[in-house]
Amino acid sequence: MSEINKNITPPVIEIGILGWLRKNLFSTWYNTILTLIGLYFIYLIIPPLLSWIFFDATFSGTTREDCTSSGACWVFIKQNMKLIIYGLYPSDELWRINIAYFLLTVSIIYLLIPNLKYKGIVGVFLLFVFPIICIFLFSGGLGLENVETRLWGGLFLTLVIAGVGIVLSLPIGIMLALGRRSKLPVVSLLSTIFIEIWRGVPLITVLFMASNMFPLFMPEGVNFDKLIRALIGVMFFSAAYLAEVVRGGLQAMPKGQYEASQAAGLTYWKMMALIILPQSLKVVIPAIIGSFIALFKDTTLVLIIGLFDFLGIIQFVGTNPDWLGFSHEGYVFAAAIFWVFCFGMSRYSQRLEKKLDTGH
Amino acid sequence: MRPSKFSNFIFNRNVQGTFYQAITLSLVILGVYYIVQNTAENMMARGLASGFHFLGVESQFDIGMTLIEYSPTSTYFDAFIVGLLNTLLVAGIGIFFATIVGFAFGIMRLSSNWLIAKIAETYIEVIRNIPLLLQIFFWYFAVLRALPKPKESIEFMDSIFLNNRGLFLPDPNFSEGSSVIFYLFWITIVISIFIFIWSKRRQNRTGITFPAFYVSAALIVGVFFASLAATGFPVSFEIPELKGFNFKGGMKLIPELVALTFALSMYTAAFIAEVVRAGIMAVSKGQTEAARSVGLKEGLVLRLIIIPQALRVIVPPLTNQYLNLTKNSSLAAAIAYPDLVLVFAGTALMQTGQAIEIIGMVMGVYLFLSLFTSILMNLFNLTMKVGER
Amino acid sequence: MNNIKNAILGLLCSVLIVPAAYAGTLDTVKDQGFFNCGVSQGVPGFSNPDENGNWSGIDVDVCRAVSAAIFGDADKVKYVPLTAKERFTALQAGEIDVLSRNTTWTLSRDAQIGLEFAGVNFYDGQGFMVRKDSGITSAMELDGASVCTNLGTTTELNMADFFRANSMAYEPVVFEKADEVVNAYDEGRCDTYTTDKSGLAAQRTKLADPDAHVVLPETISKEPLGPVVREGDGDWADVVRWSLNAMIEAEEFGLTNSNVKTTCAMTSNPVVARLCGKEGGTGAGLNLGDSWSYDIVSLVGNYGDVYEKHVGENTPVGLARAGSPNASYKNGGVLYAPPAR
Repeated sequence: MSEINKNITPPVIEIGILGWLRKNLFSTWYNTILTLIGLYFIYLIIPPLLSWIFFDATFSGTTREDCTSSGACWVFIKQNMKLIIYGLYPSDELWRINIAYFLLTVSIIYLLIPNLKYKGIVGVFLLFVFPIICIFLFSGGLGLENVETRLWGGLFLTLVIAGVGIVLSLPIGIMLALGRRSKLPVVSLLSTIFIEIWRGVPLITVLFMASNMFPLFMPEGVNFDKLIRALIGVMFFSAAYLAEVVRGGLQAMPKGQYEASQAAGLTYWKMMALIILPQSLKVVIPAIIGSFIALFKDTTLVLIIGLFDFLGIIQFVGTNPDWLGFSHEGYVFAAAIFWVFCFGMSRYSQRLEKKLDTGH
Repeated sequence: MRPSKFSNFIFNRNVQGTFYQAITLSLVILGVYYIVQNTAENMMARGLASGFHFLGVESQFDIGMTLIEYSPTSTYFDAFIVGLLNTLLVAGIGIFFATIVGFAFGIMRLSSNWLIAKIAETYIEVIRNIPLLLQIFFWYFAVLRALPKPKESIEFMDSIFLNNRGLFLPDPNFSEGSSVIFYLFWITIVISIFIFIWSKRRQNRTGITFPAFYVSAALIVGVFFASLAATGFPVSFEIPELKGFNFKGGMKLIPELVALTFALSMYTAAFIAEVVRAGIMAVSKGQTEAARSVGLKEGLVLRLIIIPQALRVIVPPLTNQYLNLTKNSSLAAAIAYPDLVLVFAGTALMQTGQAIEIIGMVMGVYLFLSLFTSILMNLFNLTMKVGER
Repeated sequence: MNNIKNAILGLLCSVLIVPAAYAGTLDTVKDQGFFNCGVSQGVPGFSNPDENGNWSGIDVDVCRAVSAAIFGDADKVKYVPLTAKERFTALQAGEIDVLSRNTTWTLSRDAQIGLEFAGVNFYDGQGFMVRKDSGITSAMELDGASVCTNLGTTTELNMADFFRANSMAYEPVVFEKADEVVNAYDEGRCDTYTTDKSGLAAQRTKLADPDAHVVLPETISKEPLGPVVREGDGDWADVVRWSLNAMIEAEEFGLTNSNVKTTCAMTSNPVVARLCGKEGGTGAGLNLGDSWSYDIVSLVGNYGDVYEKHVGENTPVGLARAGSPNASYKNGGVLYAPPAR
């Protein structure tokens, strides 16, 4: 027993890079085969993709004549950048959107840096003050020139739709979830019907109703802006999904929490606002952000009702006779931008999940 | 001082509750009445037709892909059915492939092989963070661009052809005598079910196992081929032929269907993979260890212990994904696949102008599908419920 | 607390139930200072936006003419791009006031779906476009072809009729938007692309190689395209109808965009004087100012000006006017305006 020689190192094949490779890639004969197949797939896909996107691509130039290489021609995106980001917004007024982009970026970066003070204030600013600033900045008023919503487009419009949807659908969703779990049968029944109807139909039928049939439901002469109608559709649609997410969180609350708060003499609203919701929302934050990601992706459907959102405007510039045949560049660019936003949100949610996990 | 009867009444919780409910209900009824009233007035004022008479009228338009007999002399109701069947078809095929691919990636993601797990993770993270509509456009044009013209079709064994007009397959024609085969086929399936029940009962009683799966599989396949041979192969195949512009005869899958199914199943698979992963991870490791320690074989551990428990977690979100796929198939309109939305809420709506009836019917279909699935789901949850201890 | 809530709810109820006063479209439009014009999502020559979102085309000019007639300013119009599918619902629902989006005048649309056609600004017919290298020279050779077109148009019905009448088989491939049709046709999904011939000429400019495609000679339908308004609002329909008629009549009497000032100053022809708004008081009957037709010609132009500017032979669309039904009746066409008096 005492003969153990402590100076013998493990075999070289069990530690370091080799050991890692052996353990994770070549542990058994079928794992080796899987690894080789995987490597072959990567070889098939990645090099051509990289050379199309970077190595063989054209980055400089101003017209389609400059696109002579075999790869992608990013000149197409570069030349149409203004349309893609701002839509048809008047050139003299672009500073208004830029201010909003700036404020949004700064506040988000602030929120992302860990351990800063006053995050609550910045959050409140972003959720309540910023949208109001945006309404005036974008559509005009208070001395600013009026810009009609039909000129809104591109990434700007996508962010507006997603932003409005996110900010407004959460409170509505919470109310619906509370309604569905209410002990009052009428309230619960109505909330259930509302939620199930919105969840049961595809978003494009909702958008079609909002964009084309809504005025039929209103008295003669009463009408809202097309964008606002689409926003209302998107908002309720997203709220119904959020309601189910929040309901899941409410159901996960132990009964003791309700009983304890009632025993402490809290009214229904106080109990919900102070005890139940803060805890249950925390549980479902990842799912809520998941819904927001879904909403963000769904904004692309507004192109079907004729709004020029980010994807819509990319299709639109692709049909410009000067730039025909670059639809793949357009789609890949759009995919990349959407991916960055959605992936960013999902990573943020994972981080939040870890941070908020108080380990029950 | 004792509170008066009146304030007693006012502050009574039940009374308050009823009061609020009455207000809510009357507000909702008023709102609905208001909308219906406005709509009726607007429709009168604008001379819009209403009612469902149009369903019996000749449609006068053609549809590119129909699963039932359909021509321009068919009615709008037939067009509705054609669209509905096409929607169900794409949803059915999409669900089939999404499930396979999704389970594969879900299991790959948990693989002990680092590379395989990373590939699965990359796939999932890329696909599910890009809007579906964009993926549909991309695949559609990628499919169109990759496939050759009809005259330069890719051929397999001179009977299957692939080009940018679609995939052409031989169409089986069943001549007389073939019905016997179908009857025998169904009979063997029924017998197999009885074998399963019987073997299960016997096992419960005596503990003796019976290889029910292999026996019934052999029975079904064996009887099928035996009956085929006995009747002298009454099946002939109509081979597609290149005539003029395109192939005629045989079965045809249009590229829109291919691209849409592809996009839908690849997209949904990424979500299903996550569902599957979560389901498997939710089965605690102790279960596997306990099963092994009572001496179950690896295959049985998976079949009897892991999968049933994982399924309890997997099935509800999985059904949700199926529903999402079905609803997402409405994006077909963007790439000319003649689904319910394109055919009925598109062409038919245009020709008749009866937006309310048509959109109502279309929404009703999707709503029905989703409620129907929810009910099935609840039944499943009831049967799968394990008494918590 | 409860009282306040109830008061708010009551207020909401009463606001909801107050019926809005009915007003004709013309009055509403005059009050709000603009009107909404439904156009396509981009058909060169007919209605097409430039990079800054300014719309142009002969369909757009119908709306500009209406605007000129009402406001003396051709730009009091908001353009609402619509898909073929959305257009009628949008009009019925009041989302737009005029639909000027190469829309075919047919009995069922006029009679059944609450629309009123205010005239014809382009006589068209459906045709087929094919690749030159396919060697096809006649639509009768299209048996078995895959046919691309877009949703919700008379095109779908005409093509069904055409192939049925000639006992030919075909595969319809129907897209939601014109741009998607062009893309799919260009990628080789279809053997032929069918829509109104003017549309084919316009969409051809969007193909990767326009010269590799040719429009077949057959015209398989009559497609009188024109502006549409809601049924049941005669005053508004009159304004749109006569704005279009004024453009046509101005051409018949030689009043063009460039000479309207000088001609009106010294004319002795009573018809021209009426068009110039100097005699006859034609505006009163339409509830417009007397200079309405003068404004149309001076701010927008007569029919010929508009045609040559947007779709004539010197434009990329390149549709010759001489010899087509769109020539004035004086030159053998069918364009003929009722007298504006």
